[in-house]
Amino acid sequence: MEPKKKIVLIADDDMDYLFQLKMKVESIGFEVIEADSQKEAEKVIERVKPDLAIFDLMMENEDSGFILSYKMKRRYPDVPIIIATAVTSETGISFDGADEGASRWIKADLFLEKGMRTDQLQREINKLLKL
Amino acid sequence: MANLKILVVDDEPFIRAGIDRILRNFKVDYPFMEEPFEFSILEAATGEEGIESIERDKPDIILLDNKLPGIQGVEVLEYVKKKKYDIVVVMITSFASLDLAVKATSDGAYDFIPKPFTPQELKSAIESITKHVFLVRMTKQMQAQGKQIRFQFLSVLSHELKAPLNAIEGYLKMMHEKQLGDKIDDYDQVIDRSLKRIKAMRNLILDLLDMTRIESGQKEKDLKPLNLVEIARTSMDTAKPMAIHKEVKMVLNAPSNIVYDSDSSEMEIIFNNLVSNAVKYNRDGGRVEINLLDEPGQVVISVADTGIGMTAEEVGRLFQEFVRIKNEKTKEITGTGLGLSILKKLVETYGGKVTVESTPDVGTKFTVNLPRNLKAI
Repeated sequence: MEPKKKIVLIADDDMDYLFQLKMKVESIGFEVIEADSQKEAEKVIERVKPDLAIFDLMMENEDSGFILSYKMKRRYPDVPIIIATAVTSETGISFDGADEGASRWIKADLFLEKGMRTDQLQREINKLLKL
Repeated sequence: MANLKILVVDDEPFIRAGIDRILRNFKVDYPFMEEPFEFSILEAATGEEGIESIERDKPDIILLDNKLPGIQGVEVLEYVKKKKYDIVVVMITSFASLDLAVKATSDGAYDFIPKPFTPQELKSAIESITKHVFLVRMTKQMQAQGKQIRFQFLSVLSHELKAPLNAIEGYLKMMHEKQLGDKIDDYDQVIDRSLKRIKAMRNLILDLLDMTRIESGQKEKDLKPLNLVEIARTSMDTAKPMAIHKEVKMVLNAPSNIVYDSDSSEMEIIFNNLVSNAVKYNRDGGRVEINLLDEPGQVVISVADTGIGMTAEEVGRLFQEFVRIKNEKTKEITGTGLGLSILKKLVETYGGKVTVESTPDVGTKFTVNLPRNLKAI
């Protein structure tokens, strides 16, 4: 019997980005649950424990990704979280999570630039899942 | 109560004491100020002491005698100018020599107080200086806020412009890497979505151009007597495909003619915005009612829908740039987030106003009042 696929929750309010990311993550060999808003993702978290989550930063709120990370870590402290954002190049604000003060309250494990290649994404996910 | 620090630089102790006594309980209040100003007095007997106090106490105003034992008053003035300090300097001088006046003014002195002065003369000089300080500060503050708003606008704008590019780039990569296989038919959805994003981006750019034109006030209005009822009909025709698709019924209540002196392209933007929003945010099978009233002194346009409506909080944010009310009910609806901001700006260029009444899940009614100016009558 084929081993059960690991589940990745992806939340993004841009339907095209959601679709593309889903394709990428599925091609790596994961099962994907989609959520097209922060609210939707919150609902998913209530009934499913994913193996990993990828959140867009800006959805209904400009810090939706942070809010989701916080809620997620409170419920499932062991599930790694990636925040995918285009913020860095747009505003010059960098959220690399390395900052001591920021990482204390931002619960994400990794920040990734949107539009990363599939192989990069695969490497980062494998690292987080210790595969 | 706001406080201004006045540094008095004068070698005569009784002048310093006199100024202190006169201004100690003095208050300056103008109707346009949020709060009255009061003053605290710092004293220096020489120019050198004055410069020390400038560095230490950061005064807002300096009352400066020119004839001092060490360095002269004008040298203190030069010091303030060189350091580019934001301090209003007023010269106190016993013999109002023209030479000194010219020199001090070119060095940036704001005013003169001739010595001897009466308490009343000092107070009225301080009043006008305070008003000056207040206005300069308000102006700076407003400029800084303007820059802040500009920055926010630009960062949201770059996000809005980059999102479709990212999406299209992602789709092209999928095709490039043949992620969905070798047959072009398998990419129908990918191509379709790319084209949609390009279209949305073009709309955004067109909206931006409209907005910049209105904001800069560059575009001359091409004012002509226009029949607004006709323009309303054209907008209904434009919105018809979407209305048919959503089975929304549009009704126009208007006399056959309402002539209004205006720019046809601008009136089209206003009507298109109102009518297309009313269809777009309607429920399937809903209704849009467009009313035009020719009243004395103004034209009243109202467009009411039976759509998803908004909460009071959502209405409050509605006219801000790039604010699209995001919720379950709007997520399938596309838009640039600039339409209503443009609408409001345009209506305001005619001296008019836009008002909104809305109830969630019942509908929204936009009302535009366009005054007839004297020229038009």
